Formats: sequence, C-alpha cells, structure tokens
Amino acid sequence: MQSLKTMLNIALPKGRLGEKVYAMFEKAGFPCPSIHENNRKLIFENPEKGVRYFWVKPSDVAIYVERGAADIGVAGKDILLEYAPDVYELLDLDIGKCRMAVAAKKGFRDNPQKTLRVATKFTNITKAYYAAKGRDIDIIRLNGSIEIAPILGLSDVIADIVETGTTLKENNLEVVETIVPISARLIANKAGFKFKSAQVEALIAALRENGEKDD
Amino acid sequence: MQISSSLLKNDEKAIFSLRGLYRKYGYSQYKMSKFEAYDLYVRNKDFLVSDNIITFTDAGGKLMALKPDVTLSIIKNSPEERGVVQKVYYNENVYRATKESGAYKEIMQMGLECLGDIDAYSVAEVCMLAAESLSFISPDFVLDISHMGIISPILEEIGASHAAKQEILKCIGEKNAHELAAICARDNLDATLLCALVQTYGAPAVVLPRLDALRIEGNSSAIDDLISVISALEKNGFGDKIRIDFSVVNDMNYYNGFVFRGFIEGLSAGILSGGQYDALMAKMGKKAGAIGFAIYLDMLEQLPEEEEAFDVDAVLLYEEGAALEEVSDAVRLLAEDGKSVMAQKCVPKKLKYKQLLQLQERGVAVIENHA
Repeated sequence: MQSLKTMLNIALPKGRLGEKVYAMFEKAGFPCPSIHENNRKLIFENPEKGVRYFWVKPSDVAIYVERGAADIGVAGKDILLEYAPDVYELLDLDIGKCRMAVAAKKGFRDNPQKTLRVATKFTNITKAYYAAKGRDIDIIRLNGSIEIAPILGLSDVIADIVETGTTLKENNLEVVETIVPISARLIANKAGFKFKSAQVEALIAALRENGEKDD
Repeated sequence: MQISSSLLKNDEKAIFSLRGLYRKYGYSQYKMSKFEAYDLYVRNKDFLVSDNIITFTDAGGKLMALKPDVTLSIIKNSPEERGVVQKVYYNENVYRATKESGAYKEIMQMGLECLGDIDAYSVAEVCMLAAESLSFISPDFVLDISHMGIISPILEEIGASHAAKQEILKCIGEKNAHELAAICARDNLDATLLCALVQTYGAPAVVLPRLDALRIEGNSSAIDDLISVISALEKNGFGDKIRIDFSVVNDMNYYNGFVFRGFIEGLSAGILSGGQYDALMAKMGKKAGAIGFAIYLDMLEQLPEEEEAFDVDAVLLYEEGAALEEVSDAVRLLAEDGKSVMAQKCVPKKLKYKQLLQLQERGVAVIENHA
C-alpha cells in the first residue's frame, strides 16, 4: 500500500465531462472501482494503483490544482483562460469540445461608432479578446441564462460557450465570431509535478497511447 | 544566550541557518528602509511580481512606496567597481497584493544578490547556495535550472514575431506542447526545436545527453555554460536534487542567463526563485552583471509544524490582594524548575494547561493535573 504522500490526487470536474474523463483514466490503467458505487461520497481511493479521485465543481478544478490540494486535474480551456492559474497544462484530452463565441440576435449589425455591450460569464477572456481588437466594450457580468441578455436589450452581444448551438437557435440568436476553441485539458500543480513526475508521466503516456488507438 | 530550536518556528529556523550559510561565503547583510521613491518601481513595473504597489505621499509631497521588492533597491545602490563582485544577502519584509483578493500582504523574504563582474564561478556559487538554502529548509527539495540564453536564440532563429514570442514563452512555462504546436502551425513556424525544449526536462543524467538536440549557433555557448554549472553542482553533492527544466522562464526583458526555481515537498508552489538579470542592470544604467534569488519564507507556514498539546505547563492562580512578593516568588520557583507558568486570578477560557496550581497561605497547591 502506498502512503498518503505518494498517492496521486486527481481532481475531476463533477458532471458528464468528469465521467468521461474518469472512463479515460480507468482505461489508461488507473481504475478506482468504488467510484461506481452509488452514493454521495466525493473522495475515492485505490491504494493499489496509488490514485485518489475527487469530484469538484468544474470551475474549481484549477483552484484545487494551483493550490496543491490536487496534483493533477481536468479543466476546460475556458476555465484556464479565464482564471489563468499558474499550473502546467500537460495534455489536450480532446474531449468536451466546444468553442467560446460571440453571439447576437439574428441579423445583428455591429456599429463600430458605439461602445459594444457584451454580456458574459467570462469577463477576462472577453476583455482580452476585444482589447486585442482595440474595440471599446462595456462588460456586463452575468452568472447564467446569458442568452436572454440581447433579447431583452440588456446587451448587444454575448460571449459564451457554444456546444451545438441549439440554445442559441431556440432563442433566435446566432454565432457572430469564434473567440477560441475549447476542450478539456490535463493540468498539474507545478510543485507536485516535481515530486510525483514518474506517476504523472506514466498516466500521460497511457492516456496518449489510448488516444492514438482511438484515432 | 541559548535558544532551544523547539521554540523556533519554521521560518525563524530558516532565517538563522541561512544567515550563517550566506556569511560563510562572504555575503554581507543589506539592510534597507521600508520605503523607496515610487519612481524606482514605476520604471521597472514588469520586473515586479505584482504591479499593485502601496503608495503614499511623504511630508515633502514626494510619492513614496512601501517596497514591493528588494532587488531593485540593491541594484540602485550598488557601487560600480571593475573586476569586483558585490555580494549581499537580505532578510526583509516586502508588501504585495495577493492575486485572488487583491488584499495587501506583508511577505517575509530572504535572498541574496551578486552584482558586478559576474563570471562562471559566481553563477555556480549562487546556484549552489540556492540548492544549499533549500536543503537547510527541507531534505526533500528540487531545484529546477534553466537558461534563457538557450531559449531566446531559438525564438529568434525560428523568426517568431514579438507577440508570438510571448505566447510561445507562456506555453513553454506551462509545458504546453499541444498549444505550442498550434501557434507554430498558425504562424508557419518550425516547431521542432520548441517541442524538444518543452519535452527536455529531468535529472541531469537524463537531460545532459539530449541537450545537443537543442544546440544552434546562437545558444551553443549558453548550453556549454549550463553543462559546466550542472557539473559543479553535481560535484557539490546536489546531483540528485537538481533538474534541468526549461519551463522555468522569466521575463526576457530582464533575465538573460540562468534562471532557477526551488520547490519543497509539501508546498504548493516554488519557494525559491531567481536568475541572472544583466538586462535589468543595463536598463538601470549599470554596466555590470548580476544574479540572485529570493526565498519566500512566509510559505513555510504551510508546512506541518508540531502542534503543541498545551499552551502552558502551569497556571498559577492567586487571590485578589495576594502579596506581590509571594506571587512573584512562586512564579520564579516554577520557572526555575523549567516550567512555563502563567499567573492568573482566574483560568482563561479554552486555555490548555498541564497543571492548575493555586497560591495558598501555606504555599502552592496542585488543583488539577492533566499531564
């Protein structure tokens, strides 16, 4: 049995994406059968394989990893761009694919003479995107149901994650431009990586191998 | 005066032992004022870890700052003397805003700087002292060493634009090979050397034979410098503690040579950070080289410390109006016995004590015993 110190702590995003990620890790040879038990536990260990998984809110994964409570974790590129945690980004897992995009009411025409009002959850990404274009914007930070902002006239456009575009379509909105493509990334705490590099590298090698087989 | 090491906290222990270490190698302590003219920092803002500086106006109407950094002040005051290296160490508080909340924090920082006619020996000595400093704090440490003189010529060679360079450096710092490949594909750059740079890391035995794959005309001498410093560190017994890792990248506008970062098991981020900053010296009008590092001692709080089961050995209760002399004698006797004593008229809430004693007419009586 491995001591607590050498156990690899892995933060997974709660939800559909996290389950997909766990399946990949399981296939890569790091299973933790107790995770399938139907209960409300949040932490699962497999001492034989030296792994401990835990479920956290997707947007918190980067915090757990940056602060060293988890050695590695899986977070969407959107979260990494928004919070800019000081971590290693070791692998693009190529799942949870979507894009960060600007959307507006169908037929919207941008008037460059006016300040653009943008509603979004991702204020840092949005600011950086428009700053690079030299466009003056007014950021309206919302926490959800972003799509209704342009309908109600709260904003001109929205900047949000677009997966299939169904929600946009149903609300009579359309994508105007793509800011950045998003997918799930494997991140690692910089200090933790120094002391557990063999374990992390073994996991990455196995994930890569499986990924190539699937292609 | 004898100081028992059990009385010292992690950071205090580190300060004592590091001071001894630096003095042994001829470094003298640099003491400085808490304030500095704001002007000094505003001109070199990017050099600072956080650009949130606490400022105030002094009596003469001059804008001052609580110092966020020690290195800039040391450079400003360094005398220029040909052929000589000025060796100083410092142990100072600096003031910075935290990344998350923006709240101001006082950070205890210890470090050393070597300014002047820097040669291979000076560099090796500073790297060696960095490794030794870490070993004083914990036996489980790793010192990552990189060299900007290997990285920047590669960026020049492939012809990256200024904006692309910044993006590429960020990817190198994140060991982010997939994003790096995407940037190179976008800008039509050759990614071979850059990907090799990201994937080349680890113990010297693993990396040294692979360094030739990174060699181009522009960085050849830097690679040789790296090899010789690594071998000096190996000779000093740090071979199994050092890693060559190019993900340690510091701002190219200031750092031009060796850069390094130290990690201690149990801490979530690097505790030691440093490098060779000749470019900063030139910016500040000094015709000399410089290398140094800082250790963030406040991080040692994160390390587990032995929790003391008791706040005090004995609580001595005395009545209101008891003779001062009697109380004082009783306390002195207990203290001379090697106990810690707290004299009180009643027992403070939540205080954990081994013994509860009471000063009575006939002497000290034991009321409770928990030990």
